[in-house]
Amino acid sequence: MKRFSFPLLLLTAAMMFSGTALGAEEVVTDSGTTSWMLTSTALVLLMVPGLAMFYGGLVRTKNVIGTMMHSFAAMVIIGVLWPTLGYALSFGPGILGGFIGWDSKYFLLQGIDDTIMSTQIPEYVFAMFQGKFAIITPALIAGAFAERVNFKGYAVFIALWSIIVYSPICHWVWAADGFLFNLGAMGAIDFAGGTVVHISSGVTALVAALYLGARRGYPRNVMHPNNLVMTLMGAGLLWVGWFGFNAGSAIASNLATARALTVTQMAAAAGAFTWMMIEMFQHGKATSLGVASGILAGLVAITPAAGVVQPVGALALGALAAVFCYLAIMLKNKIGYDDSLDAFGIHGVGGIVGALALTFFIRPSWMADAAAKVGGSWTVWQQLGVQATAVGVTIAYAAIVSLILLFIIEKTIGLRISEDEEMSGLDHSMHGEQGYGLINLN
Amino acid sequence: MKLITAIIQPDRLDHVREALIQADITRITVSRVTGHGRQEDIEIYRGQKIAPNLIPKIRLDIAVNEEFVDITLDTIIEAARHGVGEVGDGKIFITHLEECIRIRTREKGGKAI
Repeated sequence: MKRFSFPLLLLTAAMMFSGTALGAEEVVTDSGTTSWMLTSTALVLLMVPGLAMFYGGLVRTKNVIGTMMHSFAAMVIIGVLWPTLGYALSFGPGILGGFIGWDSKYFLLQGIDDTIMSTQIPEYVFAMFQGKFAIITPALIAGAFAERVNFKGYAVFIALWSIIVYSPICHWVWAADGFLFNLGAMGAIDFAGGTVVHISSGVTALVAALYLGARRGYPRNVMHPNNLVMTLMGAGLLWVGWFGFNAGSAIASNLATARALTVTQMAAAAGAFTWMMIEMFQHGKATSLGVASGILAGLVAITPAAGVVQPVGALALGALAAVFCYLAIMLKNKIGYDDSLDAFGIHGVGGIVGALALTFFIRPSWMADAAAKVGGSWTVWQQLGVQATAVGVTIAYAAIVSLILLFIIEKTIGLRISEDEEMSGLDHSMHGEQGYGLINLN
Repeated sequence: MKLITAIIQPDRLDHVREALIQADITRITVSRVTGHGRQEDIEIYRGQKIAPNLIPKIRLDIAVNEEFVDITLDTIIEAARHGVGEVGDGKIFITHLEECIRIRTREKGGKAI
């Protein structure tokens, strides 16, 4: 058995799979699974330019390049960092009392050149698939402090955040010896990254927005999106990419994959539908940004749940997430802090709703397996306790460590840009470029 | 009445806009334009003479009554300049304004501005 397995391996189908693999001496590559995992890896990477477009369209014209560069910088920086250190820190055997993983043979992925995992895919595929998650997570945070951060400070922040915040949480939740992975009967349920990706980034986003303060003129001045067309295309790409994100997290190509894909599709649609209805009732008009937000809220909420809920649960989680995220954004407007693109309002709140509410929609066979494993009964409330622990630990750890990181970087390199640079816009002050050259003749 | 046309650098737009609002000049028209002035002269690149590139600029059109001309000009100059002034900071053209009509009320002249 490999040092780690996945929540989904606990599902019957996948268990049989790895059971067969265990019996055999030599594990061979399964071309079907490998093909799907390669596809999923590409799909998750597609979400990063999708996010760049989603966020890029929402800011003012003078910040469009700077905002898209936040996503692309994550692709570049974490793209280097993950195979070098991140994979070893996340999926190596636990050190420092299980605080983080480490195995020097994973440094620069040296030790996995010939490894075929028990899931019958080359470990390279798994490492790269996980790398895409590590890329998109810090990129999500950028929505909270859009239009006002120094590119250099941001680059250092996401690099350190990836090592100090992402890798430990990833290790606790997903590595076979992670303490949240082994909590309760069958561990905290986080299929594709509700805690690891969305809650960690969402909470960090809230802390960053509060620490750095509002944009100049916010909330007195209305700051209109420069290009909602691009935002909608980005939301569409995110939806498509999410099939890799969730269905790929089965690390298989079988029944579990089909289940994850189905509930992902349904939750996204339910989230968008609910958001649209709320807006129709409240304002009489359905906005495109509302639909895009609803899609994301639904997708975020189903992320931890995609392995354990049935279609009815998917509809419920999508709708619940839309309601809670909508309320969270209304509350934000009332309180007046500047989470510019609602990174916390969507990813933080949606992630928390999904990770907790999924407990009430777990398929009976999973609960039966859990009960059998502890040799008695396992109730919804006990699992809710496990989920709440995982959520609480993630929130507390991400918030505290991020605040320290933000403080150090602000005091050394500088994270918040000067008023003059902010007025000129990130595109000019940080990159010396402009986004929409085509509008001008040249 | 005068029509003040200012060509400025795009990164100074918000500075100028805010300064004008502070000075109570709130009725302005802004457009994206391209052009070239002295900022980029004909260059010689690998032995070839290259025509200058068109550079993005912002054009402000402001119609003002006589008593507001000076304050408008000072405000724009102050806010549009990079530091003590750089080549490319822009230009201001002032033209006599024949007439001004508010479409909604058909008012004419100074009170329509």
